[in-house]
Amino acid sequence: MAGAASALFLLDIKGRVLIWRDYRGDVSAVQAERFFTKLIEKEGDPQSQDPVVYDNGVTYMFIQHNNVYLMAASRQNCNAASLLLFLHRVVDVFKHYFEELEEESLRDNFVVVYELLDEIMDFGFPQFTEAKILSEFIKTDAYRMEVTQRPPMAVTNAVSWRSEGIRYKKNEVFLDVVESVNILVNSNGQIIRSDVVGALKMRTYLSGMPECKLGLNDRVLLEAQGRTTKGKAIDLDDTKFHQCVRLARFENDRTISFIPPDGSFDLMTYRLSTQVKPLIWVEAQVERHSRSRIEIMVKARSQFKERSTATNVEIELPVTSDATNPNVRTSMGSAAYAPENDALVWKIKSFPGNKEYMLRAEFTLPSITAEDAAPERKAPIRVKFEIPYFTVSGIQVRYLKIIEKSGYQALPWVRYITMAGEYELRLI
Amino acid sequence: MSGHDSKYFSTTKKGEIPELKEELNSQYKDKRKDAVKKVIAAMTVGKDVSSLFTDVVNCMQTENLELKKLVYLYLINYAKSQPDLAILAVNTFVKDSQDPNPLIRALAVRTMGCIRVDKITEYLCDPLQRCLKDDDPYVRKTAAICVAKLYDINAELVEDRGFLESLKDLISDNNPMVVANAVAALAEIQENSNRPIFEITSHTLSKLLTALNECTEWGQVFILDALSRYKAADAREAENIVERVTPRLQHANCAVVLSAVKMILQQMELITSTDVVRNLCKKMAPPLVTLLSAEPEIQYVALRNINLIVQRRPTILAHEIKVFFCKYNDPIYVKMEKLEIMIKLASDRNIDQVLLEFKEYATEVDVDFVRKAVRAIGRCAIKLERAAERCISVLLELIKIKVNYVVQEAIIVIKDIFRRYPNTYESIIATLCESLDTLDEPEAKASMIWIIGEYAERIDNADELLESFLESFPEEPAQVQLQLLTATVKLFLKKPTEGPQQMIQVVLNNATVETDNPDLRDRAYIYWRLLSTDPEAAKDVVLAEKPVISDDSNQLEPTLLDELLANIATLSSVYHKPPEAFITRVKTTTQRTEDEEYAEGSETGYSESHVADGAASPPTSSDNVPYAAARQPGPAATPTQPAPAAPVPDLLGDLIGLDNAIVPVDQPSTPAGPPLPVLLPASTGQGLQISAHLTRRDGQIFYSLLFENNSQIPLDGFMIQFNKNTFGLAAAGPLQVPQLQPGSSATTLLPMVVFQNLSQGPPSSLLQVAVKNNQQPVWYFNDKISLHVFFTEEGRMERASFLETWRSLPDSNEVSRDFPNAVISSVEATLDQLAASNMFFIARRKHANQDVFYFSAKLPKGTPFLIELTTVVGNPGVKSAIKTPNPEMAPLFFESIEALLRV
Repeated sequence: MAGAASALFLLDIKGRVLIWRDYRGDVSAVQAERFFTKLIEKEGDPQSQDPVVYDNGVTYMFIQHNNVYLMAASRQNCNAASLLLFLHRVVDVFKHYFEELEEESLRDNFVVVYELLDEIMDFGFPQFTEAKILSEFIKTDAYRMEVTQRPPMAVTNAVSWRSEGIRYKKNEVFLDVVESVNILVNSNGQIIRSDVVGALKMRTYLSGMPECKLGLNDRVLLEAQGRTTKGKAIDLDDTKFHQCVRLARFENDRTISFIPPDGSFDLMTYRLSTQVKPLIWVEAQVERHSRSRIEIMVKARSQFKERSTATNVEIELPVTSDATNPNVRTSMGSAAYAPENDALVWKIKSFPGNKEYMLRAEFTLPSITAEDAAPERKAPIRVKFEIPYFTVSGIQVRYLKIIEKSGYQALPWVRYITMAGEYELRLI
Repeated sequence: MSGHDSKYFSTTKKGEIPELKEELNSQYKDKRKDAVKKVIAAMTVGKDVSSLFTDVVNCMQTENLELKKLVYLYLINYAKSQPDLAILAVNTFVKDSQDPNPLIRALAVRTMGCIRVDKITEYLCDPLQRCLKDDDPYVRKTAAICVAKLYDINAELVEDRGFLESLKDLISDNNPMVVANAVAALAEIQENSNRPIFEITSHTLSKLLTALNECTEWGQVFILDALSRYKAADAREAENIVERVTPRLQHANCAVVLSAVKMILQQMELITSTDVVRNLCKKMAPPLVTLLSAEPEIQYVALRNINLIVQRRPTILAHEIKVFFCKYNDPIYVKMEKLEIMIKLASDRNIDQVLLEFKEYATEVDVDFVRKAVRAIGRCAIKLERAAERCISVLLELIKIKVNYVVQEAIIVIKDIFRRYPNTYESIIATLCESLDTLDEPEAKASMIWIIGEYAERIDNADELLESFLESFPEEPAQVQLQLLTATVKLFLKKPTEGPQQMIQVVLNNATVETDNPDLRDRAYIYWRLLSTDPEAAKDVVLAEKPVISDDSNQLEPTLLDELLANIATLSSVYHKPPEAFITRVKTTTQRTEDEEYAEGSETGYSESHVADGAASPPTSSDNVPYAAARQPGPAATPTQPAPAAPVPDLLGDLIGLDNAIVPVDQPSTPAGPPLPVLLPASTGQGLQISAHLTRRDGQIFYSLLFENNSQIPLDGFMIQFNKNTFGLAAAGPLQVPQLQPGSSATTLLPMVVFQNLSQGPPSSLLQVAVKNNQQPVWYFNDKISLHVFFTEEGRMERASFLETWRSLPDSNEVSRDFPNAVISSVEATLDQLAASNMFFIARRKHANQDVFYFSAKLPKGTPFLIELTTVVGNPGVKSAIKTPNPEMAPLFFESIEALLRV
């Protein structure tokens, strides 16, 4: 079962090694580079590659970020989930340090990169990836290093995500409840998949070591406490917590208690698989009038209560790649042809509930088409929107208690917003 | 915050190295630091700066932590190339390991452990000893890992200096991070050791479960992975463990979730209460579904694992098929895996929706994905009888779109559907025939031809259709030629008229005289002979009823599945292969050199052999092995199949491909002991006689071979190849036999590996071997595998655990057999002999006038064999009973024990 990475590579877009750290001396940079450049050349498109590849006794696991590949190599039966996730965390750490992770920023900061690679992994075992705490003892500004650094307590503490001695004049917590609606409608107009993924995003500016307790209108909890739950409670299908939340406690009595990290983090994510009515429904009719003209008629309807309003609505309608001369009319908003995406993008700034808008577009097609043209990729209609002050699930934050031994009063601010996640309606 | 380190990469015109040397020895601190940075920059872009070793090491003694780290980094890279100079660094290392700053103490041990130079390692021990007991947890957690590093370099040293004990003590450390690293280090050491080092008792278990709550996310993964090896004593303990692990399913880190799932699944095997099991299944579903919203790479790992989980516990995700529907922007590797799982979860209840999805996918652009979608429809048809008709109508709709590769793929799967439901859907043949001209891929062509031949009597113009292919017969690929041959014979037998008669002449002529493909030729000759001697017999053979193929979507063997489930989240579960199949790291110290070649973890065996199966099926491609395998009838169903039927060109290709296998460093000397059984007599081998036998020595399996050259010419260039077999035995390296002069002989011990080329089907002791040399044709011979060579040295069981295991296995797993002719005359000799074969004596008891002996043994994947021998000492007649989780292995065991008792 045991197993760890042999080495960690940061490679450029062509697969050449930029920086690497050898943890075990059994995979060489030459070997890895030779393999990986070949892999990239062969396929061209890393999207078509399995992210776990075996070659000559070595397993390579990689992810891509901007123009950089991050790759772990191993000769053992290591934990693939853990190492791949670790690579994603490494991206987060680098982003925290250099704002953006790309080839340039790695070169510009190679000294820190080496330092970080030494700290976040030891002998191929992932060690510590809390960027905020790391930056307390690995600094980019070289001159501050003159002061002797000590490992922050947090590195080895049970509370590994927060340092002691944080001070704020004004103690505040911002809590955003963000729900993304994912929906997939097939060409018959049937909803074949819909779910809601919610996240409680927190930004904390709190002094000391605050103990927090969060109350939601969670049906299981309310029922356990013997309260009436009519209409107001919700069922959460699967909840995932930031590592600061005491899982055993939640399992026991559904209390969400934690000492938060400083700054922003996702406290909790949850998923609801109850079918929701599509908030914005789009119907499109495509008519080919002759060989040279195509007409698209689109109806968009908001299916939520009038008191809410969707903002920044964007409806992306796929159009065949050889269409030209668009002629578009809309009853609301504006539409622009985006030939680079083979799509017509219809934007509506504000879309109140229970309304219907129309779009009619006409395109010219070339009169001559190739005999055996490759089939077009059938893209779905995609919709983006935001609906502030509204959640699909009806989740409510009942309270957020913050207790710190100094006894300060902290102000929690809560906002709700719903937005489109992967919102796809397949064309007929 | 961005730095400006890139300036260090620029170079000056003047010789770089001398200039750097000068700067490194500068009297100004800042200048020295800049110089070291330049050195590291040069190292990063791959320039050799090892010649600056002394100068860089001189900068090591500094208060500046950043500079120190850079020098350390330099040392890690170059100490190996300058081992003599590395000693210069030792003093500073040792000093740093006592620095008041814990960061520096930790840095020193961490770095020393990374330097694989004996001189450094020697000096590492004392600092390591101190650091393991350091006050600061940061230092202790670093030291814990360092023990694993040292073990990798010099295991003996670790044991001699008692580091293992110190490491075990750290399991009780009050700091969770230290505990987690100690667990990781111990698990790693255990992996590379044959002795029990890290045994998890119920006490450590509970301690580690407590630490779990406070660890970092990575630490939780270490602990869960290590604990998943733990076998609970009974259902109650298992339930307790599960209860404490379940909260981890709520963790935001997917790796923690997967490792928790692994552990829960392991323990669930022991839990008897169906209620508890049902509840756990319910609890695991949501977290598994949520894994699909993770990053695509994680999704991929999750999907490969879910594939395994649904094979064992189909109920968990039975209602969740919709979450596996592909999204437009999913990367192709995610889509492919989702499709696999959709097939597995497809049922009569959801098939309509699933078919709509597949149809949608079949019109996408990625050719591989489209093909897989079409194939998926076929697999659902084969799996779900009631849905077969709907599947076929979807396939027909797809054929009408007339996209070439969709049509071809559809025809391939329709052929399978015909095999699954004979005489049911032939009405669609006419539609299929319309697409005849567009077929250009061998597999599709072969499938279509098979359909025409199989249903020749119902297709009016079958002869015309086949005839259209005949013109191009010589140019067709082998697969198509074989099918054409068989289909023509079928046609002739069904419609013995003039047209087909002429066709058969042409085909037989083409397939015998005009071809140099032995498979084709052999098959043609057999038909020819059959047709000319006894046409009725030919009908019986060629038109015989075909075995019906079955659903293959739950294809992994139960034992393999068990092993893979125990490895959830690891590479093994991603590859769907046991770790031994791709881990080549045997012992660490010997293979540090870069150029060393390692064996490919996958198929070193025969390539998918095209079985000349009396025309039952068209040859199949090997797109994925289980699928192809399931489409071929089992060996029992094909009595006409000649024994080793591997086509010669393939075999040679494989033999040649073998030269990148591991070469064992120390080959044991010539084998001694009883003469080896002759497997290829000189009379058959044109003067070459081969005797061989499988043996086990020092925990490894060897094929002991004796070659005798009784021919008139020297023989050289010997190579060996093994066909797929129950144990996946394959050569671990090339056969090393020198040139054999006439009249001389040579013996060799060929190291073997197991689980390399596993065959499907019931266990069999048959081992088919092929040997070739440069002068003679390929020789095939059969050997018998004796099960006891697989019994591992770790097979000894304590009495208590023997009893426990005996009780835990159901009585249905007990098999017995009598050996009326076997005698145990001397108890002692027999015990010794069995012990030599790794069957360990547990106990002896008297029962009436009989003696009952108990033994334990274990197969490599840990499958225990509990053995009971009952006999009256000195008298003939031994009864052997065994109990094992794998009772299907029993016949092999009896063969083996009989042979042992006979000697």
